[in-house]
Amino acid sequence: MVTEERVWQALAEIPDPEIPPISIVDLGVVRSVSVQPCPGTRSRDGAEVDSRVHVEFTPSFLGCPALEVMRDQMASRIRELGAEPEVEVVLDDSWSTDRITPEGREKLRESGFAPPAPREAGGSQLVQLQSKAFKCPYCGSTETRLENIFGPTPCRSIRYCESCRQPFEQFKTI
Amino acid sequence: MVSTVLRRVSARAEPLLPIADDELILGWRNSEWTGIAPFLEEDVAFSSIAQNEIGHARAIYQLVAEELGTTADELAFDRKPEDYRCSPFVELRLVPDWAKTIARHCLYEDADQRRIQELIEADDPEVAGLAAKIDREEVYHRMHAQMWFERLEDEPQFQEALEELRPLVDQRGEHLPEFEHLWQEMTEVRRSVAGATW
Repeated sequence: MVTEERVWQALAEIPDPEIPPISIVDLGVVRSVSVQPCPGTRSRDGAEVDSRVHVEFTPSFLGCPALEVMRDQMASRIRELGAEPEVEVVLDDSWSTDRITPEGREKLRESGFAPPAPREAGGSQLVQLQSKAFKCPYCGSTETRLENIFGPTPCRSIRYCESCRQPFEQFKTI
Repeated sequence: MVSTVLRRVSARAEPLLPIADDELILGWRNSEWTGIAPFLEEDVAFSSIAQNEIGHARAIYQLVAEELGTTADELAFDRKPEDYRCSPFVELRLVPDWAKTIARHCLYEDADQRRIQELIEADDPEVAGLAAKIDREEVYHRMHAQMWFERLEDEPQFQEALEELRPLVDQRGEHLPEFEHLWQEMTEVRRSVAGATW
């Protein structure tokens, strides 16, 4: 029977469909994994399975089209481990950008995405976004300005670095 | 058809359905600016806001759909026009008037914030949790509205638009004639291939 640890490892190999350098485990959208034995049962596609894996999936941004892709990929990875997947989408308030792991933040930075600022009480304000508190992921300068609150996906803003003259994507804090 | 289901919507679904319908229809209206917004940055921003609003509609429909034994897609696209509960305020087709569009955006985000806050304080933990999640994203819509308000507040055209639209914010009732056309377009694919899975 598959172990929870093995499931976590398998899920950690699934790239975020829109930001492939980080995995969905780095992104923090997998809230829990539990394995129940069910020897001798058949999965929906007819294969014999000995366990059922329940995953609580807490979506990042509600309008993100990558959510379905993530859910389907989790299910298919679990099937490859010989277990029947149950991916439960939890529509509560449990995901925030603070759930992105330290490794995930580092991978974001290395790929040219500025990681989200830690969430403070009260959330983000326009004056903060318009301030120079955000670091350029390329040169580390804080001489950056807000170009657009919105970017190529719901989770990103666009900033411009005055120092190395490079536009970059800033992960929104939510 | 979902219409029969809706006559007996539960007490829990009752206040949620108009919110989901507003978000869906406003998202649809905002998306009409995709490709034709006054400048590129705004094209990206308004399209993103539209995408978020439709995402919020979907999440609320999912919750309501579980209550009513149907699906989010059926609620969004398989109802008759008269069964939608959105307000005429979100139905207004404002393209190509950017001043009015921004006036509606500012007024809507303000009203929506109060409504979401009530849900966050609701006794129903599932509703409160979803509302809190929605609000995390709405913060950015409000920042965007605030930025535009500051930019346009001294413009007479913008002030007139605010005056004209303000009385409509909390109005409910008969659909506007232009809703029919939106509905035709929005539901066309599903009506043309009934029962298809994608």
